[in-house]
Amino acid sequence: MSLFTADELTAIALSLKVASVAALTSLPFGIALGWLLARKRFPGKSLLDALVHLPLVLPPVVVGYVLLVNFGNQGAIGKFLASFGIDFAFRWTGAALASAIMGFPLMVRAIRLSIEAADRRLEQAASTLGASPWRVFRTITLPLAWPGIVAGAVLAFAKALGEFGATITFVSNIPGETQTLSSAIYGLLQVPGGESGIWRLAMVAVGISLLALLLSEWLTRRQREDEVH
Amino acid sequence: MLSLDLKLRRGSFERHVRIEDSARVIALSGHSGAGKTSVLHAIAGLVKPMSGHIEVDGRRLFDSARGVDVAPHRRRVGYMFQDTRLFPHLDVRRNLQYGRHQSETGNAFGFDAVVALLGIEPLLDRRIANLSGGESQRIALGRALLSQPALLLLDEPLSMLDQARREELIPYLQRVRDETALPIVYVSHSADEVKRLTDAVHVLD
Repeated sequence: MSLFTADELTAIALSLKVASVAALTSLPFGIALGWLLARKRFPGKSLLDALVHLPLVLPPVVVGYVLLVNFGNQGAIGKFLASFGIDFAFRWTGAALASAIMGFPLMVRAIRLSIEAADRRLEQAASTLGASPWRVFRTITLPLAWPGIVAGAVLAFAKALGEFGATITFVSNIPGETQTLSSAIYGLLQVPGGESGIWRLAMVAVGISLLALLLSEWLTRRQREDEVH
Repeated sequence: MLSLDLKLRRGSFERHVRIEDSARVIALSGHSGAGKTSVLHAIAGLVKPMSGHIEVDGRRLFDSARGVDVAPHRRRVGYMFQDTRLFPHLDVRRNLQYGRHQSETGNAFGFDAVVALLGIEPLLDRRIANLSGGESQRIALGRALLSQPALLLLDEPLSMLDQARREELIPYLQRVRDETALPIVYVSHSADEVKRLTDAVHVLD
């Protein structure tokens, strides 16, 4: 007999898919913003910084509602994207979008710190050797900051895995489509006799999150050690 | 031929530096804190002077009056930093091959020739972390040469070495000076080095 029911396995698999897609697709934006905040001075920087961090302190239900209004079937952005065949409303892609936004502050924070820690003197040396700013970024900044960038992606993945409020507000709780680990636990709480399922899913959530945090911590430590040597 | 006339901001006060010299190998000397490294940084384009001009062999690298400010990666300077600044995530060979200035005259410095000139053949596959001070300095010099520069900036290349290692590296520097025909700006506060390696001295105070 299996450890999990078919519905539970579906929810676990969907959660992993949603969290991976959320972390990977937001990574390029996270790197761009992390670099901008770490290396550039420009008017409105504090405001941008605050905006990036907003999902960290905003009630998730507000983020979900804002997404629903803008990216839903009737939302301006939602309608526009739907004409390209990109659909978020009540789809797993919407769950990925919601959890990507909720995990974004953690990702940008980790990436920003690792780019700040990358030695600017090496970037200067590369530029005197004829490397354009873009080549300096690709061949010096990015490799030096890489462990921190991966750590940021892993953190965003862990956060996305646990995301609940924004996701359920935006795309509801549809088994097989938008029912992630968290919303499956919530669903089980609504019916009598769901305790054993809740426990099994909760243990999975604890296990994956713990692994992700340990991995992220290990990567951050590795970057610091690299700099000492 | 080096011609520069610069106003540099240093902390809260300004510094005025003026050098006109046709000597090929020029020493910049002066006590620590006199702004020697700032001048090299300005020539390399790593700090922006408040005003003035920098011209090397007739090439205007910076001119505040005419709005000229060539980007660092287009200045074709080979800069050997005091702290070497080798890339820790690349091995010796890839550090040496990193530089690539566009040179009109083709590559003046071939990889094998520079490796032989500096005696660094046995180091090519080493990690940067496993190099001694003298080895790091030679790799940094090789990396600067292989970028095909039109001007070499050497910032106290011997200051991090003990006397024995210094005596080891000086012949390499003399060979670079004699065999490359590159204009060189050499920062040092050692009168002995200046005498043995350069043609003209400018003292900053």
